[in-house]
Amino acid sequence: MLKNLSVEQLKTDVLIIGGGTAGCYCAYTLGLSGSHKVLIAEKANIKRSGCLAAGVNAINAYITEGKVPQDYVNYCKKDAKGIVREDLLLSISENLNDVTHTLEKEGLVILKDENGKYVTRGDRNIKINGENIKPILAKMASESDNVTVINHVNITDLLVEKNRIYGAVGFDVNEAKAYVIFAKAVLMATGGAAGLYRPNNPGFSRHKMWYPPFNTGAGYAMGINAGAEMTTFEMRFIALRCKDTIAPTGTIAQGVRAKQMNGLGEIYETKYGVATCERVYGTTLENKEGRGPCYLKTDVISKAQEEDLYKAYLNMAPSQTLKWLEGGQGPSEQNVEIEGTEPYIVGGHTASGYWVDNNRATTVRGLYAAGDVAGGAPQKYVTGALAEGKLAAAGIEEYLKEDFELVSSNVWEKILANYDEYLNNPIGNITISQVEEAMQKVMDEYAGGITKSYQFNETGLKLAKEKLEGLQQVLNTLKANDTDELLQIYEIKERLTVSLSLIEHLKARKETRWHSFGENMSYPNVDDNYNVYINSVKTGDGIKIIKRPLVVDDYKNIIFTFNGDGNIQYAGGEIDER
Amino acid sequence: MSVRINTNSCVGCKKCIEVCPGNLIKLKDGKAFIKREKDCWGCTSCLKECQAGAIAFFLGADIGGKGSTLSTRAQGDLRYWIVTDPNGIQKTITINTKESNKY
Ligand SMILES: Cc1cc2nc3c(=O)[nH]c(=O)nc-3n(C[C@H](O)[C@H](O)[C@H](O)COP(=O)(O)OP(=O)(O)OC[C@H]3O[C@@H](n4cnc5c(N)ncnc54)[C@H](O)[C@@H]3O)c2cc1C
Ligand code: SF4
Ligand code: SF4
Repeated sequence: MLKNLSVEQLKTDVLIIGGGTAGCYCAYTLGLSGSHKVLIAEKANIKRSGCLAAGVNAINAYITEGKVPQDYVNYCKKDAKGIVREDLLLSISENLNDVTHTLEKEGLVILKDENGKYVTRGDRNIKINGENIKPILAKMASESDNVTVINHVNITDLLVEKNRIYGAVGFDVNEAKAYVIFAKAVLMATGGAAGLYRPNNPGFSRHKMWYPPFNTGAGYAMGINAGAEMTTFEMRFIALRCKDTIAPTGTIAQGVRAKQMNGLGEIYETKYGVATCERVYGTTLENKEGRGPCYLKTDVISKAQEEDLYKAYLNMAPSQTLKWLEGGQGPSEQNVEIEGTEPYIVGGHTASGYWVDNNRATTVRGLYAAGDVAGGAPQKYVTGALAEGKLAAAGIEEYLKEDFELVSSNVWEKILANYDEYLNNPIGNITISQVEEAMQKVMDEYAGGITKSYQFNETGLKLAKEKLEGLQQVLNTLKANDTDELLQIYEIKERLTVSLSLIEHLKARKETRWHSFGENMSYPNVDDNYNVYINSVKTGDGIKIIKRPLVVDDYKNIIFTFNGDGNIQYAGGEIDER
Repeated sequence: MSVRINTNSCVGCKKCIEVCPGNLIKLKDGKAFIKREKDCWGCTSCLKECQAGAIAFFLGADIGGKGSTLSTRAQGDLRYWIVTDPNGIQKTITINTKESNKY
C-alpha cells in the first residue's frame, strides 16, 4: 500500500522512547527485575545519544553529608519562586544518592578524599570524570536478556485509544522502513526541546548550542497530540554560557570561584539576585543598558588551575579548550566572556513538561514520563533523570499488574500514510531549513528570544501564533527524498507543535515571576493570583489552559485516577475561574 | 563548528556513523562523510570512535575558529587530545580517564 516504505510490526510489554539518561536507567531497572519484555527505541545510538553525548562535568544533584533530601527540595522551590511540585522533588531527592552509587559501581569515576569520602563542589555537587557516563549507562541498559535496543529509529506518534496507550509509530532514519510497535506500557524519555528559538550562532555554527539540537521536543509534541496534559512550559530555561562555544560556566564559576563582571570591570554577581533566572537577567540587563560585554573574572587563576580547566572542559565541552588554545590566550590571561543562550524547554532544569503523578504516570493511561520531558521538578540534572527513570520503572511494574484490555485501532495506517506523503511530495521552492529559520525568527522576535532580551508581550505572542500556524501549512508541502530528510521534517514539525503550546502558556501566566525565563512585558510584576500551575491540554478546539493548585508545604502526593470511560478523573484538582 | 573526515585514512568501518547523536555522518563509496556539516553539535563522539584517526574537529570562523583542529586518541587509561594549528604545530593534553575532574 505504501509506495516508499516497508513496515515492520513489533510487540513488547514496555516500550521506552529515547534511550538517554532516564530511558537507559528505566531499562536497567526493569532489566534487573526481569519480569517484562522491554524495548528501547532510540533515534540515534544509545552509546552516545542525548545530553550526555560529550560527557558531563559534575553530579549537580547529590545530597551531601549533613544535608537531607528536603534541603534539596527547598533549594529548588526557592530557585523556581515556588512553582514546583514538592511531591515529585522529594521522591527524586530521596533517590539521588542511590543512583549515584549504582553508577559508581558500574564504572563512573568519582573524586574521593583520603578518607574515601566524595569531594563536594558547593552544597549539592560532587566531582567526577563524566566523559564516559553515557557508554556506562548504555551498557547497563542493554545487559539484561529481557531488554532489546533498536537504534536509529525515530518515533513520531503515540498510539492511544480511549485515553489508553497501546504503542507508537516511527521510522528508521537510514532505511526506507517504518515501525509499528505495540506495547502495554510506554515510557516517554526523549529529553527537552532545543532549536525553537534563533540560536546564539545562527550561521555556520547554528548547532553549537548548549542543549542537544537533536532533542527537538518530540516527546512533548507526541504527548500534546495525544491529549496528554503539559505543565509550566512558560518557565523557559535560558542558560548562562561561555560566549561562542556555549560551554557550561559552572565549572569556572563554582570550580575556581570566578565572579560575574561587566565591561566596566564592576562585579554584578549579586546585584540582581542569585536565582538561576536572575543570573541570566543580570547579564542580559548589563548588556542591554550598555555595560557589556560580561565576563567571568578568571584572570586571577594560576597556570596550574588553567591546565585543570583545559582537562575539565575536554571531558564535557571540548570546543572550549580548543577555543582557548587556538586563540593563544587561556583563562588565566583573559577573562571568559559569557552570554545567555536562546530559550529551551527542558524539564530537568525548569518545571516544564508532562504533568505527571508521583509514579511518573501521565494523564494518558499507561504512558509514563521521566527526565527532561517530565515537568514539575526543576534542577533534576543527570541524577534526577536517573532517579525518575527508576521511579517510572516502579510505576510501570505496578501498572502492568492491573488487568486491562488493550483496544487497538488502525490509526497507525494514517501515520504511515503521512510519512509516505512527504516522500511523495514534489520538490518546491520552500526547503526544510527555510521553514526552520522562519520558525526560529518568529519565536525570537515575537516570543522573547535573544534579540529581544527575552521579553515578550501579548500582541507579539498573538502574532507569533498566527505566523507559526501559517508555517505548519507550508510544512505539509515539504519534500523528503529519504528517511533522513523525513527526520528533519519531523524535527521541525515537533518544534512547531511545542512552540504553539509554549505561546499559550506564555499568554496564560499574566505576570512576570521569573526574569528572563518568563519576562511578560504586558504584566511586568509578580501577581500572587498566579501561585498556581499553568497546565494545557490540546483538544479539538485548540489548546485549553487548566490552572491547578500548588503541591507545596502541607501537601499530598498526587496520584491520578481515571473514571470508567478511561478519562482522567483526578489530576491534582482544578482552580475555578469565575 | 564541525568535523572534517579524511577520506584517505577512513577505512569505512562505520563506527562514527553508528554513534553520531544527530545521524549526520553517512557512507559514500565506502568512506564516511558528514552530510550536513552545519548541523554538527560538536560532541566529539565520532572522533572518539574512529580508530583510524580520520576525524578532526574544528571551530567555525563565526565562533572564533582560526583553522586549528582537535583530534583525539586513547591508549589504556589515557586519552590524548591533540590541537594542531594551521602551521602543523601541535599541543597535546593527556587525560587519565581514571582520574576525576579537579573542578
Ligand atoms: C551539554 C550539557 C551538559 C550537562 N552537564 C551536566 C552536568 O555536568 N551535571 C549534571 O548533573 N547535569 C548536566 N546536564 C543535564 C543532564 O545531562 C540532563 O538533564 C539529563 O541528562 C537529561 O536526561 P534525559 O533522559 O531527559 O534526556 P537525554 O539523556 O538527552 O535523552 C533523550 C534521548 O531521547 C532520544 N530521542 C529524542 N527524540 C527521540 C525520538 N523522537 N525517538 C526516539 N528517540 C528520541 C535522544 O536521542 C536521547 O537519547 C547537562 C546537560 C547538557 C545538555
Ligand atoms: S570511524 Fe573512522 S574509519 Fe570508521 S568510517 Fe568513520 S571515519 Fe572512517
Ligand atoms: S561531533 Fe558529534 S554531532 Fe558532530 S558529527 Fe561528530 S558525532 Fe556527530
